[in-house]
Amino acid sequence: MGGTGAIQIPTGSILALGAILFCIGLYGALTKRNLIMVLVSIELMLNAANVNLVAFSRLGVSPNLNGQIFSLFTITVAAAEIAVGLALLLAVFRVRKTTEVRDLDLHRR
Amino acid sequence: MSPLWSAQMIAFFLISLFILACAVMMLSFRKVVYMALAVGGVFIGCAALYILLGAEFVGIAQVVVYAGAITILILFAIMLTNHEATEPEEPWTVRKALAAVGCFLLGVTLLFVIRGQAWPQGDPSVDVNQGMSNTLAIGEALFKSYMIPFELVSLLLTVALVGAVILAQQRKGDQ
Repeated sequence: MGGTGAIQIPTGSILALGAILFCIGLYGALTKRNLIMVLVSIELMLNAANVNLVAFSRLGVSPNLNGQIFSLFTITVAAAEIAVGLALLLAVFRVRKTTEVRDLDLHRR
Repeated sequence: MSPLWSAQMIAFFLISLFILACAVMMLSFRKVVYMALAVGGVFIGCAALYILLGAEFVGIAQVVVYAGAITILILFAIMLTNHEATEPEEPWTVRKALAAVGCFLLGVTLLFVIRGQAWPQGDPSVDVNQGMSNTLAIGEALFKSYMIPFELVSLLLTVALVGAVILAQQRKGDQ
């Protein structure tokens, strides 16, 4: 650990982990009924992207810190996104008393 | 080359197993509160992975922001809305099946692409932190070459949080 890059984990394994995590998040975002859980699944997908960024920062062709800094930016944007998303959720819940995704479809009657 | 089953590889596989188990549990739990806790497990597992990869600062930021703030915020949102919410056991609809097949195909394609590619391995002699500690090196890079994005992100965060407060505020005439 620390400064020297003595990491011997194959890059492909970490990328595979990120891909599987992304697919699980995508499936959750598409099928979950509760709006909170859809937001959480989107966070899961952002997290999978973060895993890839950190892996490339360390194990790519030219190791440098750019990947870690980008993942910090992603974490910040994810925090902003979940704050706005949950505020919208609370505003919707106050008016319509539901957090189910299918109850929020205005076009279906 | 070090042997395949070095301590780092074992740690990596255990952490991956933990992350994926928590993610699958998130999908399969019925109660919403349990799902939020399972997602907290995923976030903590990712933090452990970052620390294993040598990105200590990102790992700690992950614990503070994701596992701390975001999970607690989600739990608060669940408590403020209907906290008894459960996902009903529903049969396989066409939409759900299509989503499952699409995600599975996407995952298989990604895994094939990843397997078919020769990924460069990091050069162990290169020190990404340039002799400093990880936090110090990130701070230097952040305030030297990433000054403008850093300020823009702080602006974005301020706007988002003020917007969240305004959106969540109780307004007159809502009832």
